[in-house]
Amino acid sequence: MSKDVKISKGANIKLKGVADKLHTNTFIPTEIVLKPSDFPTLTPKLSVKVGDKVKAGTALFFNKEIEKMLFTSPISGEVTDIVRGEKRKILEVKVKADAETQYESFVKADPSTLSKEDIIANLLKSGVWPFIRQRPYDVIANPSDTPKAIHITALDTNPLAPDYGFIAHGKDAVFQAGLNALTKLTSGKVHLNVNGNENADSVYANAKNVQINKISGPHPAGNVGVQIHHIDPINKGEVVWTLKSLDVLVIGKLFKEGKFDATRSVAVVGSKVKKPAYVKTVLGANINAIIKDNVEEGGRYISGNPLTGTQISENGHLGFYDYQLTVLPEGGNNQFFGWMAPGFDKFSLSGTFFSKLMPNKEYDLNTNMNGEERNFVVTGEYEKVFPFDIYPVQLIKSILVNDIEAMENLGIYEVAPEDFALCEYACTSKTPAQHYVREGLNMLKKEMA
Amino acid sequence: MKALDDIMQKLKPKADGKFPLAYTVWDGMYTFLFVPGHTNHKGVHIRDGIDLKRTMVMVIFALIPALFFGIYNVGHQHFLAIGDVVTGDHVCTLFWDKFIFGAIKVLPIIIVSYGVGLGVEFIFAALNKHAIQEGFLVSGMLIPLVLPVDVPLWMVAVATIFAVVIGKEVFGGTGMNIVNVALTARAFLFFAYPTKMSGDEVWVNTSLEEGQKIVDGFSGATPLAKAVEGGQEALINMNASVMESFIGFIPGSIGETSTLAIGLGALLLLLTGIASWRIMLSTFVGGYVMAMLFNLWGANPFMELTPLHQLVIGGFAFGAVFMATDPVTGSQTNTGKYIYGFFIGFFAIMIRVFNPAYPEGVMLAILFMNIMAPLIDHYVVSANIKRRLKRVSVNA
Repeated sequence: MSKDVKISKGANIKLKGVADKLHTNTFIPTEIVLKPSDFPTLTPKLSVKVGDKVKAGTALFFNKEIEKMLFTSPISGEVTDIVRGEKRKILEVKVKADAETQYESFVKADPSTLSKEDIIANLLKSGVWPFIRQRPYDVIANPSDTPKAIHITALDTNPLAPDYGFIAHGKDAVFQAGLNALTKLTSGKVHLNVNGNENADSVYANAKNVQINKISGPHPAGNVGVQIHHIDPINKGEVVWTLKSLDVLVIGKLFKEGKFDATRSVAVVGSKVKKPAYVKTVLGANINAIIKDNVEEGGRYISGNPLTGTQISENGHLGFYDYQLTVLPEGGNNQFFGWMAPGFDKFSLSGTFFSKLMPNKEYDLNTNMNGEERNFVVTGEYEKVFPFDIYPVQLIKSILVNDIEAMENLGIYEVAPEDFALCEYACTSKTPAQHYVREGLNMLKKEMA
Repeated sequence: MKALDDIMQKLKPKADGKFPLAYTVWDGMYTFLFVPGHTNHKGVHIRDGIDLKRTMVMVIFALIPALFFGIYNVGHQHFLAIGDVVTGDHVCTLFWDKFIFGAIKVLPIIIVSYGVGLGVEFIFAALNKHAIQEGFLVSGMLIPLVLPVDVPLWMVAVATIFAVVIGKEVFGGTGMNIVNVALTARAFLFFAYPTKMSGDEVWVNTSLEEGQKIVDGFSGATPLAKAVEGGQEALINMNASVMESFIGFIPGSIGETSTLAIGLGALLLLLTGIASWRIMLSTFVGGYVMAMLFNLWGANPFMELTPLHQLVIGGFAFGAVFMATDPVTGSQTNTGKYIYGFFIGFFAIMIRVFNPAYPEGVMLAILFMNIMAPLIDHYVVSANIKRRLKRVSVNA
């Protein structure tokens, strides 16, 4: 049983600076940072204070609402700083790395022999649990739920995205161990959604105990929300858990080796990167060593991809879920009669630029807004790049007026902010669509609690 | 360009200073010269090149063929009326004279429309403390093109003020209006000053200089008015066969006569994807279907007029291409756009044929469907909701 899904609505944004498929370097970070802001709606409570020694897998903070959900240090070392913002909100927990990483030990066993409760306990205790996310709300999964299915996306169609097949290649045993753990957590199926545009990497093609679905088409085909919508849509009251295939490797490692191994491959990409390629580093690593001598001046650093990533400084740190570090030229220059320029160098989903005549061109886009925010005027734009049977503009408007019934009816439980990223890109009125959807989801989660 | 940027920055008034209007005007000018270099901070880091200014400017580009043809035709009709050119001689004699005469008549209307409309926009932007929104760039050009050439300038000014204030600003400005702004202006004039907006007197400028006189048998009526009286035959007698009406050397509102010139604009709008092909297509289909039904009925000569002929006379093409496709006042869902467009075409021909007092049914049809568009969308969206709810019961 498998499904072939062809996505027709959407668009690939072709940017300069795609990563070559090779690992150029390994960067052992000197410090790491865990940011509670990577986890929407989370209220963190600290478990450490400045000066504490931690191992990889020692809890740094936990979830105030579900106290057994721990967020653990990816490396061993000393807690050097806890950065707080307004109202003493915790922004960053900083850990200075030891020369050699010491690991906390967790249950090491074949997950097929463990009970569901043991698996969940092991995941929660080790800090691996937050990799499992849920729809609705696009937040960390609630361990007391039983999801109707688990969806794993094995492709990323975002601009300059890393190749999940390349990163996971050869790690079949670890991946399968991760899948075996996940199959115990759901009453339904585990879906592994692989790239249908090309032959999926053997690590995915050979996966067992899961339903393998082939997804083809342009971005946002790689978004797990799109895949769920076309394979087995979520209705009101149902819960589905989602992961990236790379996160399954972390789960597999936990059960194979009994430790929280946060080392990961990260694609360093973008037109400002001299040699775009993959590097090996650790979750939350400081990027200044990675970018040293490999980027040009005047770039913006983004942990994640250009559509959904987070802006960080050159001394910033990689995010919890990010396998990509993007460096794009920073904008900020005024464009003389920019609204009338022929625009050979601008990529537009509308037909108003001559660049439309060059469909295979790779663009060097900067971070300019290319206009100012306006009321909604143009219609039909979002629908072209939104492969859901949902009316995106109407949904956003229902969020703006706080109409909960309309939000539910219009399908807010099926979407995540990332699904609106391409709409936001295309929007003539420069509407911050992802921000609105996030607000709507947060509001609804609070309301339903 | 750096120098110009510096000069503009020097002139910049304070946003919260004594004269908020001064800042609004400066901001409007500045963002016209330069797309400001704001960068993205939340959400996406890269953005599509398109913005609202570019969208609106594309529509203005699309209006240029109709505008130039309109200007020329104003001159042509004038010289035809005073006998300086003979019927059928479209371009050989007095080419530049026609053009210049037309420009002298049309440009003041455009200047008044833009001047008054933008003035109102600036005042409202200053009062509401927001940036100038670009909607009026297009409305300001549409208003002159749907008016007869002999309309007094003060009427243009009054109608523009009415349309911008009552049609748009009271609802919250660009993007919030319910009915099409340019059509609001036209409808206002049509009902407030009917003698200047209908009849046989206003479509052709017949101002005479010394020694000039109007040719015998001149009527000045539009093809629509003639068709009401005598159908196909009357149209052919006044040199408004299908082909001639399509090319457009016929009396009528300034920009509406040439379906050919409008077609060029439509091509640009469709290639750039600015206007909805769904609305445009379904409007023409709706008009064609209604005209065909009238053909079957055939109670009077106007009903017997061929569908194609119905579509090339009057403002039908102009309305379908430039007015019905207004994204703000039209239907917003793709399915709704088919329904919305179809009924515009359908009602336009129906009003035109059934009610000779309102020969221009397109205006009323579009205004009516503007009001109906949210209702159409409501049902389309409800159907979507029901369909998605059904998924649950299918699964269960």
